[in-house]
Amino acid sequence: MRKREAGLAFNMLLPTALIVILIVLGPLLANFWISVKPVELGDLRPPSTVVTERLRGDAEAIGDVVELEYRIRNSSPSQAVEEAGFTDTIPAGLTVTELDERCRLTGRELSCNLGDLEGGFRERFRLTAEVGQGFLDAPEDVRATDPATFGNGINILTSFDFTLENFERVFSASEFWSVLRVTIYYTVFSTAGALVVGLFAAQLMNVAFKGRGILRGLLLFPYVAPVIAVAFTWIILLDPFSGTINAMLVEMGLIGAPINFFGTRDVDVTIFGLTFQFPVALSTVIAFEAWRYFPLSFLFILAAMQSVSSEMYEAAEIDGATPLQQFWYLSLPQLVGILSVLFLLRFIWTFNKFDDIFLLTGGAAGTRTLTVQVYEQGFALSNLGAGAAVAVVVFFVLLVFALIFFRFSPKEGGA
Amino acid sequence: MAVADASLADSGPRFGLGTILSCAIGLLAGFITMVVVGVTLGLVTGAFAAPPAGAAAIAGLVAGGYLGAVGPDSRHSRRSLIIAGVLLILVHLLATFASPFGLTMDQVSVWQLAALIIFAALTIFGIAACIADLPSGAVSRYKTEAAFIRTMKALGFVIFTVMVALPFYVMVMTSLKNQSELIANPLDLSIDLSQGFEGLFSSYYELFTQFNFGRYLLISAIVSTATVILTLLFSVPGAYAVARLRFKGRHAFARSILLIYMVPAIVLVIPLYAVFSQLGLRNSLLGLLIVYPATTVPVALYMLKGYFEGIPNELEEAGLMDGLTRFGVIVKITLPLALPALASVSLYVFMIAWNEFLFAFMFLDDPAIFTLSRGVVSLDSSEVPRQHLMAGAVVATVPVLVVFLWLERFLVAGLTAGSVKG
Repeated sequence: MRKREAGLAFNMLLPTALIVILIVLGPLLANFWISVKPVELGDLRPPSTVVTERLRGDAEAIGDVVELEYRIRNSSPSQAVEEAGFTDTIPAGLTVTELDERCRLTGRELSCNLGDLEGGFRERFRLTAEVGQGFLDAPEDVRATDPATFGNGINILTSFDFTLENFERVFSASEFWSVLRVTIYYTVFSTAGALVVGLFAAQLMNVAFKGRGILRGLLLFPYVAPVIAVAFTWIILLDPFSGTINAMLVEMGLIGAPINFFGTRDVDVTIFGLTFQFPVALSTVIAFEAWRYFPLSFLFILAAMQSVSSEMYEAAEIDGATPLQQFWYLSLPQLVGILSVLFLLRFIWTFNKFDDIFLLTGGAAGTRTLTVQVYEQGFALSNLGAGAAVAVVVFFVLLVFALIFFRFSPKEGGA
Repeated sequence: MAVADASLADSGPRFGLGTILSCAIGLLAGFITMVVVGVTLGLVTGAFAAPPAGAAAIAGLVAGGYLGAVGPDSRHSRRSLIIAGVLLILVHLLATFASPFGLTMDQVSVWQLAALIIFAALTIFGIAACIADLPSGAVSRYKTEAAFIRTMKALGFVIFTVMVALPFYVMVMTSLKNQSELIANPLDLSIDLSQGFEGLFSSYYELFTQFNFGRYLLISAIVSTATVILTLLFSVPGAYAVARLRFKGRHAFARSILLIYMVPAIVLVIPLYAVFSQLGLRNSLLGLLIVYPATTVPVALYMLKGYFEGIPNELEEAGLMDGLTRFGVIVKITLPLALPALASVSLYVFMIAWNEFLFAFMFLDDPAIFTLSRGVVSLDSSEVPRQHLMAGAVVATVPVLVVFLWLERFLVAGLTAGSVKG
């Protein structure tokens, strides 16, 4: 019975396990592999031999001499093709009179071994042939059929050619540490922001009133709407030239000139004679994150609040505790569990986030986080290897977070 | 005798901490209401001026002081409220030299009048609700804090509503305007009804005729629905096995599922890009239909597992006793009981697939097979007018919002029951 149950469980879990291994765990491991390979975006197609064929000279009478021209090239500009060559069938009615030394002719079957072709290799060579009656009767367009080619294109992805250059590149770049710093600021403050705003929202919605259902639905909009829609809306709202918010602030006299919220790295702010640099774009992105993800923490906190029995508050009320005391000494301690779980979860998810910053600033103006750096290296600079190296760094940072998460997550697992 | 004195004194106008607090609440209420009503008036009519919030704050202070002094007994009577309202409007008109919204009288007069009445009503309602039963004279700490919290909550409602509604309002309104209007006055979000239905919705018309958005809408719908179905096909048996069947490594499996959905998409994208390019799956919807379910199955499995565990085991055992097979038990007992969870998981997976951006952006190059997300990104160029981009955003947002509002109660229950992917 027990054995059968285990067998059944195995069968039921197999599809899930397979798809997860193929699409999640496999790529995860492949990332390590790619990160130590000198691979660029253009190398994804393995190099191959490309041969085209044409007939030169006029074939009008028996005995005319024509040339069969083969144009050979290596499709890759940099990678070699080993033991390359091609085979072809000579058209009926042509008698080959002069053969290239690399080729052999058996009957009408031509086979040429060209050896190794360097990257960017190009050659054309010709065979001379004499026209016979058979060709005049049924002339064949040699261009219509391409010769069959062969050769071992070295696929850089599957070769055993390793390099540590990608990691050197990633760590030695001066921007790496600034990217890491930005990532940490972004993750900590976005998470905390979303949590605090969510806590306020939950406090507001924890009392019954008319229209609460509608307002709750509305408050979830930022989270439900597609990221592309809300990101572009905020870009347009905050546009320095024709953005509604900038125009509004100028009109109300709150700011002298429009602020380029997503394009200004930092401005000097002086408080009590101390000048420090305030990161404008980063703060705007953090505010966006808090705006977009507060609904989530709001939902969780509200659910936790509603599960607290009201008797405790009634008792506190009788004892004369003021509302702020009730919040501080009763509500908050009840919520510490859910808040810490939410913080850890949101922390990891914010750290993982790519879309939002990519759409808002593209990583410009001091907002480049590690995830955006993966894209920047891998695709914008077309260096897949370096991108994968950054992804490996992301993975290890994440591993540390995950370990912390499991260490501190409550055993009963609130979320 | 002393008690009677106190209640007598409390019913008439008196001054004390309560009145001062009421003044402060009135000041805040006048200020905030004026900013919100003034800006709304400007955006709706297109005649934008800085709202005279200072004057409104003074007017609010006077009205708040009056309501505070009246005392809690007669404060909420119609008479007191009307007197406070009239006071508010008079003081405000005086302080602004009869231009209540910083506009001259002849500009959008009817709108101004309506806005003034709304301003007065909202302010007075707000003040009365915030001070509630605050006495005019001495106030206990409890009542002070209660009034403070009521005020903060009222402020919170205003801020949250504006914060969420403004971007969506601007998104919709921008999509209904044209390029020159937008550049000329970014504060004018009024709708010009004189251009008729076609003029108003011209951006949408062009999106569907020239930019192929009808097709993208269909593709997004198909991809999202297929993802939901595939995810359920994988995760229902998986979740059931983890929740119900005893086997070695069950807890380890549940835990690793939790770990797996912490793997970020950006880490997967380079290897998947490389492999899918070589397999010819990259620029195809089939590729997306492989990646989407794979990334949503762990979340779905985890959410469903939580729900299945909550279904009493006795029901299933009774089914087994009665001769049903395991499969029969799942189909006839477990799944019907888990319908709310299935709805919530479906909605959640649908939202993820519909809103997915990264893989659609990286994989799809061919405009014939764009999903909506990918299609909207392609509108983000200097050659495409801004209202088209916003119209695209609206087209992408509306379906998912409709589905969400329709199934909201399931989502809320499901999200908080299981865990969540952001």
